[in-house]
Amino acid sequence: MAEAADTTAPAPTRPAGPIDLKLMMKDSGVSDVLDELDRELVGLAPVKTRIRETAALLMVDRARRDLGLANTPPTLHMSFTGNPGTGKTTVALRMADLLHRLGYIRQNHLVTVTRDDLVGQYIGHTAPKTKEALKKAMGGVLFIDEAYYLYRPENERDYGQEAIEILLQVMENQRDDLVVIVAGYADRMARFFDSNPGFRSRIGSHIDFPDYNDAELLQISELMMREQNYHLSPAAKKAMAEYVTLRRKQPHFANARSVRNALDRARLRQANRLFASSKPVTPEDLQTIEADDILGSRVFHTGGDVAGQSPRG
Amino acid sequence: MMTNHGNRVTQGQFSFLPDLTDAQLKAQIAYALKNNWAVSVEYTDDPHPRNTYWEMYGNPMFDLKDPAGIVAEINECKKTFPRHYIRVMAFNSTRGVESPTMSFIVNRPADEPGFLVERVERDGRSQGYTIRSYATLKPEGERY
Repeated sequence: MAEAADTTAPAPTRPAGPIDLKLMMKDSGVSDVLDELDRELVGLAPVKTRIRETAALLMVDRARRDLGLANTPPTLHMSFTGNPGTGKTTVALRMADLLHRLGYIRQNHLVTVTRDDLVGQYIGHTAPKTKEALKKAMGGVLFIDEAYYLYRPENERDYGQEAIEILLQVMENQRDDLVVIVAGYADRMARFFDSNPGFRSRIGSHIDFPDYNDAELLQISELMMREQNYHLSPAAKKAMAEYVTLRRKQPHFANARSVRNALDRARLRQANRLFASSKPVTPEDLQTIEADDILGSRVFHTGGDVAGQSPRG
Repeated sequence: MMTNHGNRVTQGQFSFLPDLTDAQLKAQIAYALKNNWAVSVEYTDDPHPRNTYWEMYGNPMFDLKDPAGIVAEINECKKTFPRHYIRVMAFNSTRGVESPTMSFIVNRPADEPGFLVERVERDGRSQGYTIRSYATLKPEGERY
C-alpha cells in the first residue's frame, strides 16, 4: 500500500518515543478545520462535540497505527439526522475535509447523490447507475441526501432495494476507498434503519442535528448577510428577530434555509425600494437592508398562510 | 513471436515488462486521472496487432477522481473474462486532441501460442507476408 499512502495529504510519521497528540493534530491541519467549524457554524453544539470526539478517535487510531498497534480502521460511515436546514450538508462537506486531512480518505471531495442518481427506472438499470455513482465517489465521501427515499415499502417492485444492497456491499468491502454519509429527517431515517438493519449496523456514528433557537437563527442571518456584503439596520435586526419567531410557528419551517429564503426575498424588496425611490443611491444604501424590507414578508400579514412553499426550497 | 521471449503479445505500454502489480496499476491510473483523461476497460480474444477496436467493458469512466473505482471495474472484467486480453485505455477528450493517450494490457491468457507467418505468392512471383495467430484458428470464445 505504499502508493496509496503517497496520495494522502499528511505523510505518516513514525516516532519512536511518546507522541504529542496535540502537536500531531496541529500539524495535520485538523485543528484548523475544527476551529473553522466552530467559527463559521452557529450553534450545533452537540454536533461539534461529536465531531471533535470523532476527530480525537481517528487521531489516536492513526497514532496507534503508526506504532503498529492497530490494523483495522474504524468504521467511518455516518448518519446525519435532523430537521431541514440544520446544516447537514455543510457539515458533511467539512467532514470530507477533516477525513482527508487525517488521511482516512485519499481525495478531498464529496459527491452528493439522491435517489434519482442511484435507482434506475427499469430492470437492470439500477446496478450500473449505482455503481457509476459509487465509482465517482471512490476515494472520497458519498453523501446520500434523504436516504430514506431509497427504500419504498409501499411498492414491492421498487428497485431501491437493489441500490441498497450494492451500497451495503461496497460499504463493507471497500471501507478503505469510500466513506458513506446518509442524511435525512430524523423520524423517516429511523424508519429507514428499522427496515434495513444491515444499514444501521454498518454505520459507525449517528449524529443528530438539533434545531436552531431564535437567537442562533438571527446570528445566522447576520452571517449570511455579511457574506454577501449586506448588513441589517438596527430596526431590520429587530424585525428579523420577530420574523424568526413568527415563521417558526408556521408550517414548512426549515431553520437556516427559511432564513436564507427570507433574506433573498428581503433583497428583492430592497432592490425594488431603491429602484422606486427618486434619490440617487449611495454604496451604503446598496448594502443596507431596512426594517421595511423584512416587514414586507407575508409572514407578518397573513398569519400562517405560506402554502406552496416547499420545505426544501 | 521469435524475438519475443515468453511468447507474450506486445501491444501498448509496458508490454515488455513483467505484469504490473496492483500498486503500479493504481499509480498509472492515478496519473491518467490527474490529467483528466477518461479511463476505459476493453477486452478481446483476437491478439492480431491490426485488431484495434476491442470490445468495451462498460462505459468509459468520465469524472472520476480516484483509481479505486476503476481498479474495481478492471477486477470485475478479469473475473468475467479470465482468459481474454484486457487492456486499460486513457482517452484525452480535449477538443482537437480527442485520442487515446495511454493503452496497456492488464490481463492476458496463461498460454499465448503466438503467430504463424504465412507467405503468399503474388503476381510476378513477388512474395507477400501475413501473420495469423494460432489462437484464432478456433472460433471466438473458445480460443484460450
